[in-house]
Parts: sequence; structure tokens; C-alpha cells
Amino acid sequence: MSSPADLTLAEATASLRAGELSSRELLQGTLDRAGLTEAELHAYLTIDHERARAAAAAADEARARGETTGPLHGIPVAIKDNMVTAGLETTAGSQILAGYIPPYDAAAVIALRKAGAVIVGKTNLDEFAMGSSTENSGYGPSANPWDTERVPGGSSGGSAAVVAAGSAMMALGSDTGGSIRQPAALCGVVGMKPTYGLVSRYGLIAFASSLDQIGPIARTVGDAAVALEVIAGHDPLDATSYRGAYPRYRASIGRGVAGLRVGVVAELAGEGISPDVLSAFRSVVDSLADAGAVVSEVSLPSMEYALSAYYLIAPAECSANLARFDGVRYGLRVEGATVEEMTARTRALGFGPEVTRRVLLGTYALSAGYYEAFYGQAQKVRTLVIQDFTKAYESVDVLVSPTSPMTAFEFGSRTEDPLSMYLVDVCTIPSNLVGAPGISVPVGLDGSGLPIGFQVMAPSLGEEILFRVAAEVERSSAWNDRRPPLLEADHGV
Amino acid sequence: MHERTLCPASSEHRASGLARASGIRSGRTYNRRVAIDIDIAYVARLARIELSDDELQHFGAQLKGILEHAALVQQLPTDGVEPTAHPLPMVNAFRPDQVTPPLERETALSQAPDAEAGYFRVPPTLEAE
Repeated sequence: MSSPADLTLAEATASLRAGELSSRELLQGTLDRAGLTEAELHAYLTIDHERARAAAAAADEARARGETTGPLHGIPVAIKDNMVTAGLETTAGSQILAGYIPPYDAAAVIALRKAGAVIVGKTNLDEFAMGSSTENSGYGPSANPWDTERVPGGSSGGSAAVVAAGSAMMALGSDTGGSIRQPAALCGVVGMKPTYGLVSRYGLIAFASSLDQIGPIARTVGDAAVALEVIAGHDPLDATSYRGAYPRYRASIGRGVAGLRVGVVAELAGEGISPDVLSAFRSVVDSLADAGAVVSEVSLPSMEYALSAYYLIAPAECSANLARFDGVRYGLRVEGATVEEMTARTRALGFGPEVTRRVLLGTYALSAGYYEAFYGQAQKVRTLVIQDFTKAYESVDVLVSPTSPMTAFEFGSRTEDPLSMYLVDVCTIPSNLVGAPGISVPVGLDGSGLPIGFQVMAPSLGEEILFRVAAEVERSSAWNDRRPPLLEADHGV
Repeated sequence: MHERTLCPASSEHRASGLARASGIRSGRTYNRRVAIDIDIAYVARLARIELSDDELQHFGAQLKGILEHAALVQQLPTDGVEPTAHPLPMVNAFRPDQVTPPLERETALSQAPDAEAGYFRVPPTLEAE
């Protein structure tokens, strides 16, 4: 191994414990990697060199005293820039928050610090997490480490790209309609969206409050499980936080899938999925069957309506949440003669086109005369989607599908028609409507050498079985922590 | 004004799955196109976003396209179906009523575009005569 940046989280932790590697060396390797790749990737919006070095030094000193703070002790991690970090600029990818220095840390960030993590920086995203490619970032898009002419996916595209490139060992993302799983799939890493309520949303800049959930992006399923153990937990500052028990997810890894019932979602495993993705998906399903899983095909008839319901519910909630960006308490202000004029000008200049589009869409769907026909109807369809899943889980333990219908696409290929971008999320959106967990695991490359993701979905609070199946997917697909070509030859790493 | 456009779902609606949801199949995307009526200038005013005439036209046309797709939700029969506002069957989340230190006033004001004497400062809320 030529650089500590290429270690998995588990390997790095073992080396740190054995004294073969210091946190400072690990951070240096990570920062060197960022130095080599960032000009092409633009995956970070901010790298916090100084405080990261101080945190790594503190981690080494603590270890020398025989103290370790937690399972991420001395591990370099990155945070999607829609989670607030005390004293470190947080923009949510929006010009309306340029220069904003939050006075407090998000709950998930506090959890990382407590577990000993070294925060390297803040990663790029589609503005306010609205998008599937990072092309909607107010600070320019990120590129895919597997092909820098292509998008890394989104909205957590920066987080997926830094993990794939080795410029962070783990990164937090947020997933409202697939924003952790889809970029993880497109960048060849593991991305996990937990059950709604498992990770506190306190300090996550809200997009759609009934759908948003924070989760980890990591190089392996086991690393994702470690990270989830750190960030999951009840938080009185989030009224939707889950109050029950939080298991040790790592214990699920390696238990195999013998006897587990795996349902292939018929509506997501046929027409509309690219042939390479479909064939990789089918081959992993066969491997699961070989490993003793009982595979059947399951139909979720409401699936075709889920996307439409989502693109009413998410914009409706976003139009309400983004009302707080009014030029009064933080961020940009464009002067006007009255408050209303000031606010309208501030938002016109501060919001990019996609955010403007969704705020308008949501405002319309919630407005008098249209509420029932659009938003109200979408909420009822959401109930039907939930009922479909509940029924399916009577006969299977997990559901599986491709994560994304296609692999990484070229910049600009979907920006002209907003609807064509929305369709990218068709396989991931249902989990958000249901509030249930989902994970994307890399399983192979398509004909152009681009990663393919395999999605496992489980019922709410079914994380243990989710990780159990995901670990088998990882094992049987022989992905072997493959690395992007960006890291080969000409970069000398 | 708006016309209600609920259509009964047929088995045909349900048959074609993802292809229809994603509009990927060529030729036919929707069985029925829904007439979307939208006063985009009014919506922009409600949303407090000042847009030029060109922008209004641009976003108005895009919203129409998106809403025609989204109106698919109106094709499912939902009589007697309760709406879901939230994925968890939650009621209230109570906690002890304990006093904790709030954000310092100066800290809270530190990111404001304009502040004075401990307050956020804004232009007049009512237009002058």
C-alpha cells in the first residue's frame, strides 16, 4: 500500500492501534491525496487544514497517554456542506449562504468529534441537496474520480467523490430521495441511508423534513456500519429522533444470508434500467441465491406513482423550509425599499435555478385551490407506497434493486430538461417516502469502466438485516475495494 | 380556475411499471395529459422571489412540464386513503422543561447582514405613503 489514504477505515484503525501509523501521518496522506486530486475533482468546498492538523495531533497525544475516545479515533472524515460546523463556513452549496459561519455543530458532527474523528473539510453538493449530479452547486460541480468528464452523482456527490479518491476515509451525506445512495453507486463506494429518525437532523440544513436523513458514505459495508454506530442515537433536539434501542450494527457483518428471503422489485429490475446495470444486478442476485438466500420477485404496483408523489412532497416541504432564507438573520441580503422587496431580491439572486424551480413548484402545490389535487393527493399516494412495502415485507426480509438506472453520466447531459434529472432517482425515492433504510454497494463496472451500485432495502429499523445482506453482496461481488483510474499511473500514487 | 382532473386507474396504468414512471419508453408516456393551469407571476410573488418576465416564462413552462408528470398522482384511486405527512407513527415528543443556556445574543446576531442595538435590522415592513 503506497499511501495510508488507500486504507479502509477498519485497516487504518488497526494500524493506528498497533502503533504502525499515527493520526498525523494518516491525515497527511489524506491531505496529500486531496492535493493531488482536488484540481480535477473539486469535491471539497472547504478544507480545514489547521484544525484538522490540531485534531490529528491531539488524537496522537491522547493515544500516547493510552486514551482513545471512540471508534473513529484519529480517522480523517468529511462532512457534506449542508451540516453546520461551528466556526467553519457552511454554505449548503448555495450562494445565499456564502460566508456563513455557524455558531454551533450539527448533532452528527458532535457525534463524530466525540468518537475521535478528524474533520478534514466540507464537501460539495447540489444547492440545498436538490439534485442528482452536483451540477446545481452554487460553487461549480464536482467530478467523478472514475471519469472526470462525468458527474459524481448527487446531491452528496462531493462526499462520495472524496471517499472514492481517498481524500477522506468516511464522509457524511444526507439522503432525501437518494442523495447518499445514488452518488455512492456512481462513485463505486458504499452509501447508506438509515431509517428516518435514527440520526438526529439537528443542524442539518433542512430540505424536506419528512424525508431527509443523514447517513455514512464509506469504502466498505463494515466501515459504514462503524460510522452509523457513531452517528445514530436519540437526540432531544430533534423531535423526530427515535427513542428505542440502537443495536451494534457491526455484529451483522459476515453472518451470511442463508435462509433469508430476498425480494427483487419487479418494477425496478427491467425496462428502463441500462443493460450493463441490469446484468450486474442479476448476477449478484444469483450469488445471493447461491449463498442460500431464498430469492423471489415482488411487485410494488404503486412504484410508478412514487416519483410523482415525491416531486410534489419534497418541493412542498422545501418551499416551507427555505422561507427562512429571507436576508434577515444570516447570509446574503440585497437591499430593497421594503422587507418584501428586500427578501424577494435576496432570494432571486441567492437561489440557483433548481432551487428556484422547486420553491416555485412547492409553493404552487401548497397554494389555495391546488393543495388537495397535488400535495394532498401526493400524501395519499405516499400512504399507498408505504402499504405496498408493508405488504411486500410480509413475504420477504429485504428488497433489492439497482441503485441507479444508469452509471455516471456526462456533464450537461441532463441539465436542459429538469424532469430527465428527476428520473435518475426512481429506484431510491421509495425508501424516503417509506422512511425505511437503504444501502448501495458497488458490485462491478459497466462497459465504459464506470461503477454499478446494488441497492438493498429493509423495513424501518431493519438495519441489522440490511447490513447482513449488504455484506454478503460486497463479498460475493468480488468488488475488492477497487479504486478509480484517477489514482493510477500518471498521478504517481 | 382549476379543474379537478382525477381519472380512474386502469390495470393498464399499473402494468408498465418503471418505464411509465420514468417516461423512458418511447411513444407513450401518459395515458391522459392533464391540463395544468398556473399563474406563475402569482406563485413567484407568494414564494418571495423577484423574477424578470423572461424568467417567469422560462420557469412557468418548466413547471407545467413537471406538473403534468406529477399529476400522475391524480390517476390513482385514493378514496378512503389517509394522507401520510410523516413516515413515523409519532405523536408528541416530550422532554423535561429544563432551562439551558441559549445562544448568546451577540453570537446570534454575528451573521446578520444588518444589526443594531441587539436587534436584527430590516427595511420598513410597510410601504411608505
